[in-house]
Amino acid sequence: MGVGIEVRGLNAWYGKHLALKSIDMTVPANHVTAVIGPSGCGKSTFVRCLNRMHETIPEARADGLVKVGEMEVYGDGTDPVEIRRRIGMVFQKPNPFPTMSIYDNVAAGLRLNGFRNRKQLDELVERSLKLSALWDEVKDTLHKKSGASLSGGQQQRLCIARSLAVEPEVLLMDEPASALDPISTSKIEELIFQLKQHYTVVIVTHNMQQAARVAELTGFFLMGSLIEYDKTEKIFTTPADKRTEDYITGRFG
Amino acid sequence: MRSRFQQGLDDLRDKLLRMGGLAEQAIDRAAEAYRTRDAKFCQMVFTGETDINQAEREIDELALDLLAMQQPMAVDLRFILAVVKINADLERVGDQAVNIAQRVLDLISEPEVPLPVDIPKMAGSVTGMVQRALESFLDGQAEIAEAVLQMDNVVDRMKDEAFVVLVQKMISDPHMTRAALNVLLISRNLERIADHATNIAEDVIFWVRGADVRHGGAHYRS
Repeated sequence: MGVGIEVRGLNAWYGKHLALKSIDMTVPANHVTAVIGPSGCGKSTFVRCLNRMHETIPEARADGLVKVGEMEVYGDGTDPVEIRRRIGMVFQKPNPFPTMSIYDNVAAGLRLNGFRNRKQLDELVERSLKLSALWDEVKDTLHKKSGASLSGGQQQRLCIARSLAVEPEVLLMDEPASALDPISTSKIEELIFQLKQHYTVVIVTHNMQQAARVAELTGFFLMGSLIEYDKTEKIFTTPADKRTEDYITGRFG
Repeated sequence: MRSRFQQGLDDLRDKLLRMGGLAEQAIDRAAEAYRTRDAKFCQMVFTGETDINQAEREIDELALDLLAMQQPMAVDLRFILAVVKINADLERVGDQAVNIAQRVLDLISEPEVPLPVDIPKMAGSVTGMVQRALESFLDGQAEIAEAVLQMDNVVDRMKDEAFVVLVQKMISDPHMTRAALNVLLISRNLERIADHATNIAEDVIFWVRGADVRHGGAHYRS
């Protein structure tokens, strides 16, 4: 099951540049929460702080409270590897391991976590591919085809399956459909909607219609600040802040 | 430079205002027909209704296109939704003007009888409401729209008073029943137009403030 995320006073820097300014946000469990805003507003930085991916960039750092379930992401002694197992991430560009088979792509994270039991691996790979709505399309070629042989949309669902295999509680998605055609996009969106039964999903998107379609809550970021965070219907019909309204109606800037 | 979308919204607003002008004109002509007992004005109302119906279709079509092609959000979405609803109300205003014109034709087919109801005054109040509602739409002024909501009570009262005196008249002077019934129906038509003006004002408030003020009170999305 998914867990909720509590963010309090989160700051993030790239060198001396303060990219996130004291963000407070409560992400409920088993919901889809969208993060929107113009380029450079800090939305990707925000989600990358949730699983400590941000600090993998040289000179990048973050502080503040991020609690995922009971786990303090920035707590002393919290293992970043464990964090990233519990908080999966899917990126804009599908990035399957190109030479690995479909099966091995999904099993990669499990093997890294010490899974060796073949039967268990088979079960988890099948479950993950079913959850990511890819199973029916690849079940006969699991070992024959490589990850790179799939279409872009299939590759992205493979990456989602790979994230799900290690049974995370939270799934972060950074523009997961922006490189996909409308049919693949619609499959991913439908999938996101299904996934919230099992996971807490946070999605960064430039596509406001996409946020409106998939997310129950939406946060609008601008210049490193969280300007407005509310139910998606509210944000897209009657936003409270003029800056949100200007952005979503295209009058921004 | 205006974006194509902004151009579309401006076109929509202009078309609705033109439609509003046609609806106002229909009420004026219907009232003039009553005042002068001249069938020529009734005919003008009937002819004008075709233009109103045509305008209604054009506005709906443009609104549909903007929704489909531009996927508007927030204030723009509320604006288009308001326009679609106001459009329907204005078309109904046109229909009510036609109803009045039909009653006037029946009235003037018989000799004039004195009836203690000031229909031109009531028509003036109703036209004022429609004008103010459209003015609030033109400038996006919710305050003007609120004033329109207050005016509705006055027209309702006029209709209620007309009802009482006309029923009395029907009892005391049965030979005037037909005329009294026609005037009663006209006052009812005018009161319905005032209701449409109220709807328009409520839609303007929704567009501007995002608040639903229908059925009493202001409901904001939580």
